[in-house]
Amino acid sequence: MPETRPDGTVALPAAAQQRVAGDALLLRGGLWITASVLAIGLVLPLATLFVRAFEDRDGGFAGLENFGRYVTTPTLLAAAGNSLWIAAATTAIVVPVAFFYAYALTRSCMPMQALFRTVMLIPVLAPSLLPALALVYLFGNQGMLKGLLLGHSVYGPIGIVMAQCFYCFPHAAIIMAVALATTDARFYEAAEALRAGRGRIFATVTLPGARYGLVSAAVVVFTLVVTDFGIPKVIGGQFPVLATDVYKQVVGLQDFNMGAVVGLVLLLPAIGAYLLDRWAQGKRAATLSGRAVPYAPRPRRQRDLPLLVFCLGVASVLAGLLGVAAWGSVIRFWPYNLSLTLDNYDFARFDAAGWDSLLVSVRMAGLAAILGTVLIFCTAWLLERGTRPGRLGSILRFAATLPLAVPGLVLGLAFILFFNHPANPLGVLYGTLAILVLNSVVHFYTVAHLTAVTAIRQLDPEFEAASASLKVPAWLTCWRVTVPMCLPAILDIAVYLFVNTMTTVSAVIFLYGPDTKPASVAVVHMDEAGQASAAAAMAVAILGVTLSAKLLQLGTARLVERATQRWRRR
Amino acid sequence: MFRRTIAFGLSLLLAPLAAEAQQRTRLTVYTALENEQLQPLKQAAEAALRDIEIAWVRDSTGVITARLIAERQNPRADMIWGVSVFSLLQMEGLDMLEPYTPLGAEALRPNFRSDRKPMTWTGMDAFVSAICFNTVVAQARNLPRPTTWADLLNPAFRGQIVMPNPASSGTGFLTIAGWMGSMGEAPAWDFMTKLHENVQVYTHSGSAPCNNTARGEYGVGISLDMRAVTLKNQGAPIEIIVPTDGVGFDMEGTAIHRGTRNAEAAKRLADWAVTRDAMEMYGRWYAVLALPGVQPTVRGYPAEFEQRLVSMDFRAIATRRDQILRDWAARFDGKSAPRN
Repeated sequence: MPETRPDGTVALPAAAQQRVAGDALLLRGGLWITASVLAIGLVLPLATLFVRAFEDRDGGFAGLENFGRYVTTPTLLAAAGNSLWIAAATTAIVVPVAFFYAYALTRSCMPMQALFRTVMLIPVLAPSLLPALALVYLFGNQGMLKGLLLGHSVYGPIGIVMAQCFYCFPHAAIIMAVALATTDARFYEAAEALRAGRGRIFATVTLPGARYGLVSAAVVVFTLVVTDFGIPKVIGGQFPVLATDVYKQVVGLQDFNMGAVVGLVLLLPAIGAYLLDRWAQGKRAATLSGRAVPYAPRPRRQRDLPLLVFCLGVASVLAGLLGVAAWGSVIRFWPYNLSLTLDNYDFARFDAAGWDSLLVSVRMAGLAAILGTVLIFCTAWLLERGTRPGRLGSILRFAATLPLAVPGLVLGLAFILFFNHPANPLGVLYGTLAILVLNSVVHFYTVAHLTAVTAIRQLDPEFEAASASLKVPAWLTCWRVTVPMCLPAILDIAVYLFVNTMTTVSAVIFLYGPDTKPASVAVVHMDEAGQASAAAAMAVAILGVTLSAKLLQLGTARLVERATQRWRRR
Repeated sequence: MFRRTIAFGLSLLLAPLAAEAQQRTRLTVYTALENEQLQPLKQAAEAALRDIEIAWVRDSTGVITARLIAERQNPRADMIWGVSVFSLLQMEGLDMLEPYTPLGAEALRPNFRSDRKPMTWTGMDAFVSAICFNTVVAQARNLPRPTTWADLLNPAFRGQIVMPNPASSGTGFLTIAGWMGSMGEAPAWDFMTKLHENVQVYTHSGSAPCNNTARGEYGVGISLDMRAVTLKNQGAPIEIIVPTDGVGFDMEGTAIHRGTRNAEAAKRLADWAVTRDAMEMYGRWYAVLALPGVQPTVRGYPAEFEQRLVSMDFRAIATRRDQILRDWAARFDGKSAPRN
């Protein structure tokens, strides 16, 4: 996209030009800071991971020996196959459900759409372990609904797929809702004028219009399932998948080289998915012309009523699983003593860190949200509005989209290999809160970056040009004009970083130190020790924090809107 | 006002970072003790040694051992406290333990301390493998009450048994070491191959089988006595069975990591770990203690188990620990899908 640059549009007096040159130095410095953060937090660790896959235990060159060991170990290969079919099965279930849910939200006059939009987001706020724990209460060997499985065990593929469906649903539904929201009403008018039946319209207009959205949703779900670690850990039983194999090699056997190999294998589907998604994104952008007329659905009972029933069903499953986990967390001794108690929230009984781990999580997520938002927003602004970012700019633009393709577990593993190397002076960071924050910011960089870029592109570049001609330094313009105008997007980024850092397990499980154990890792440890109620309690506590953060954002949204967004209204 | 609020919030987030640098000596202690034991032990030790702070790094025995061995070129642990003697002897063989005889360590039972001079490790307590048997599940599924290990081979137990993975769990390892001690090595492998048919899942931790059995997820959990007793005292419908055909046991011990930068503080903690006060702490959970004459306060232990301990040559097994685990993994770790 061609960009208007302030120095290209306005001729400046000599003194101002000097000032702008000083400015440019400052701005370039900013880009270099981001470049070094991404180098330390992404490129160098991944490079170390890559190298370690080709080394033996003592650091000598091993060639393809590790890979040979990998393909000749049947359990490791079986895990790769398992991961793929589990992901395919989940995708096949979640994407159609998400499609009709999103269809109901965007293409019908179903009542309570706002409520359904909110309920749909519940799983995002919870760690992925939570649905898995809830399923044990429902379908475990003492589960309330065990009979529904017809004698099959929930520990294994069945449990994993069920939990993944819950966990991946919002991601697919959001993408589908966006894809279905932007359509051209003229197609429908044309179809009706040609007397096409409803089924025919659906098959020839609606579905093709949403096809790239479907591809994106399928790709996102597939990647999430392959790379998620929490769910198979809790409910996978003896069913090996790639993500638990990485953990087993690294934590259980301390075989970092084999861990690196499995990590690279795990990276493959993620990178493939990333490329496929980029292709779909590019296609989708081209489907809507500037003359499109927005589609507005008209009420129709035969369509709205079944959709309402369907959405009620989906929403009650989402809320129900959450309720089961919350209920399980206050039961005294499942399943023999169902009286209620808060004893399971006395975390020090189950884990040495006790409530401190929740505090660690809040601090980590808070710092990641604040520092991450500042870094990501400033970088996006420098790339969009700074003076000629040049080659560094294009490298950064590319690097900013990379973290999306790197699974958390792989990033975490790459971090230990890089930071724990005896020769690395940054090794002092190992086990500190700082490394956890850096890891989280990098892990969730891409989505935050894209949000910032979208918000900034909505603003007219003339602002920068006008202030430059008034000799106002660019950073001051950013602070006085851009930041207030983009405040809702900035808050979105901060809450996104906060919530994801609170709930992530995979990235941090390798990185915590003696007194920086995050709450999500504590959930894994309690579950490993068989303390299911305490694990559920901690997962619910995490949900409590993320839910509060989200509600705070929603609560202040109107305030922020009134203070900073009046310009949007004409 | 707005700015001040932000500054205040930031200071709250950052303050504990600054507070981390303080006066007391921080000892990083690697441990495999049960989670609920960590907080009381830390409090007791820090109350006795006011200028020492303990930072626990906890995981299951196999994991913490693997981690200590992997980190030995660039060690992060100052001390090891509450790790299986099999692991300690393996580390002794790798020259990872600092020789030091803690004050008063001579008073410990002779088989509960290192035979080197100066000592490389001191014992704390001993525990045995035991069967957790859920009586409610047993009734519902018609399971007979096992009294020996051999009883577990009964086809009635197919898919009903859960046991710890010996590669990660110390309890799992002491259990198979006990079988090798009582049956002899080849018959023990044969026994495990048959038992494998009945096992539903191998868990990461040694407590998990009993916890899961107590919740009725499985009928029979092979676990450690201490966890079983604790759960029974909490009201779980389980019976603790100490098999009559001999049980393996394991000791937990304390050692100083060679090359620690806090040798003085570590020695003082090692001294404290063998005091009567410390032993009384261990006695809150374990029935057999290293220091003679200390009365354990834990209740609910089956009285007869001390006679059923098999004789074990700890050092001989420790030197072969890696080989045994590799063999085990090759035979049983590939269990690809859960059976029903």
